[in-house]
Amino acid sequence: MFSLERWQEVFETISKNKLRTFLTGVSVASGIFILVVLLGVSEGFQNGVEKQFQNDAENIITISTGSTSIAYKGFNKDRRIQFTNGDYALVNRETDQEIEFASSLYQIFAGLVSYENESGSYRVEGILPDYQFLERADIIEGRFINITDVKTKEKYAVIGNRAKKDLFKDKSPIGEYIDVAGLNFKVIGVFTDPGGDREETRVYIPISTAQIVFGAGTDIRSMGFTLPKEENYDLALKQSNAFAAQIERMLKSKLQIDPKDESALFISNNIENTKEIYLLINAMKIFFWGVGIATLLAGIIGVSNIMLIIVKERTKEIGIRKALGAEPLSIVGMILHESIFVTSVSGLFGLIFGLALLEIVGPYIELDFIRNPSVNFSIAVSTLVLLIAAGAIAGFFPAWRGARIKPIDALRDE
Amino acid sequence: MIEIKDLHKSYKMGKNSLHVLKGINFNVEEGELVAIMGSSGSGKSTLLNILGMLDEADQGSYTLDGVPIKNLNEKLAAQYRNKFLGFIFQSFNLINYKSAIDNVALPLFYQGMKRAERMDRSMAYLEKVGLADWATHKPNELSGGQKQRVAIARALASNPKVLLADELTGALDSKTSYEIMDLIQKINDEGRTVLIVTHEKDIAQMTKRIVNLKDGVIIDDKKITQVRAMQNV
Repeated sequence: MFSLERWQEVFETISKNKLRTFLTGVSVASGIFILVVLLGVSEGFQNGVEKQFQNDAENIITISTGSTSIAYKGFNKDRRIQFTNGDYALVNRETDQEIEFASSLYQIFAGLVSYENESGSYRVEGILPDYQFLERADIIEGRFINITDVKTKEKYAVIGNRAKKDLFKDKSPIGEYIDVAGLNFKVIGVFTDPGGDREETRVYIPISTAQIVFGAGTDIRSMGFTLPKEENYDLALKQSNAFAAQIERMLKSKLQIDPKDESALFISNNIENTKEIYLLINAMKIFFWGVGIATLLAGIIGVSNIMLIIVKERTKEIGIRKALGAEPLSIVGMILHESIFVTSVSGLFGLIFGLALLEIVGPYIELDFIRNPSVNFSIAVSTLVLLIAAGAIAGFFPAWRGARIKPIDALRDE
Repeated sequence: MIEIKDLHKSYKMGKNSLHVLKGINFNVEEGELVAIMGSSGSGKSTLLNILGMLDEADQGSYTLDGVPIKNLNEKLAAQYRNKFLGFIFQSFNLINYKSAIDNVALPLFYQGMKRAERMDRSMAYLEKVGLADWATHKPNELSGGQKQRVAIARALASNPKVLLADELTGALDSKTSYEIMDLIQKINDEGRTVLIVTHEKDIAQMTKRIVNLKDGVIIDDKKITQVRAMQNV
């Protein structure tokens, strides 16, 4: 079947029927091209929506304190609960779950911050480096607080873009000193936050520095955690709830709170609010897969159609070949060999063009709802293989029918 | 070479059955040049198609070079056609996108002959029909007479036992027709058996034997004195 003679015959036929080869090639290549671009846009759309709907990490769990409502182990009710560095360390040390990002927090809600003649009241937060990811803050200038800053208790500040505009106008704040609670802090970075102006009026400083400056000792106000992202919402919810329950038990036992007390600790599990996003992304995935499969189907139908036309167009040639001694199988083989070769080569071209377009143009697309369109290479290759296989199967029947035509009928065909 | 006994063939046309061949008995010896004549509808083309294994008879027997031609599957029919028969058609039936030499080489491709040998053989046959200089031309660059010469070269390429020609001069003017007939006569002179279906009396006179068909039976079968085509050119 794959003899050199056959290849010579196929190449001769292809090279002498350039228009037919070209048209077949173009339709297969464009089909694959459209599919690849569509899958890419679908991916980009998904990225865009995820970005749009998430101010903070979608799976953040934060724990803050209140006062007890039940007397327990000799303590009166209405006892004020206070977290310390030790409580934060305990959670990190003892939990069974793998933690993705974690930070403790000590904040002053209305801190007076001034630079030269400008001043304002901003929320000043002492934080750990991971807090950037919990808040999804993006650095636009300079850098974020790092672990060395925390260890050496640097008087460094990272300010929100809104605060920067208020205090510095158009000037670059990096390296300048701002006054926070009477002390000079060096500005090392500016961030934006998808939460908008409200979250961009914040000033972040290392938590160790904050505890000293505000005289908090080892006290912290709250802590936040995220868990690694899960495949689907149900699994994410399950993991998240298990983690929340575990740390609640752990902290209540350490801080001697009645397990039934519901006002001493406040655990906010953000994942419960993100169910809609998971659902939306799922719906979009289904939609784009639907569109993709429909496109693929259209491609397969197109290829089959071309095959049918090719066989029809070659009826007379088939008759001549049969009169000269071509066996039916050799006719089927010839048509399939030629068509599979043409679809494979042109499909590969379409694939390469599609991937190249996404690679080159993709990163420049910054629309609100489309970000970084890209496509999974193995999916693209398997659609190509599927298209070729389907084209071969679809081409087989017309080829077989063509081979069954009596030479006398084929020769009469004008 | 060809033995035909009591051959019947009918075609179904809706509810009616059209009886085309009504018991043909007919032998052809090796080296004969036979014309099958008859008006349209006489069954001459049907007879040729059955002889060419392009169609099957309903009844009767057909033996070609001692081989009974009966109940052939497509594969065997294809092999027999390649081995025993060379076809020449009124409309030439060359493959348009192939050059003259590639057209001639096609039967050899289906014999599984290697390319270099195929090309040598084909070139030799093109020389024989006087078209060696036109070997690389496509059919649409050739005149009608040239196309028919390529078709004859192709029919000869597989060295068949019998040449079957269906109205081979039907699409040609009379001068060209006679040139083609001259070529056929020369091929016959070398000993090859040739059967020609025609309705033109002058062409029939250039063979050695005329078989007259009317309404599906042979009404007349006689040897004639051959008129050499070259005398008329």
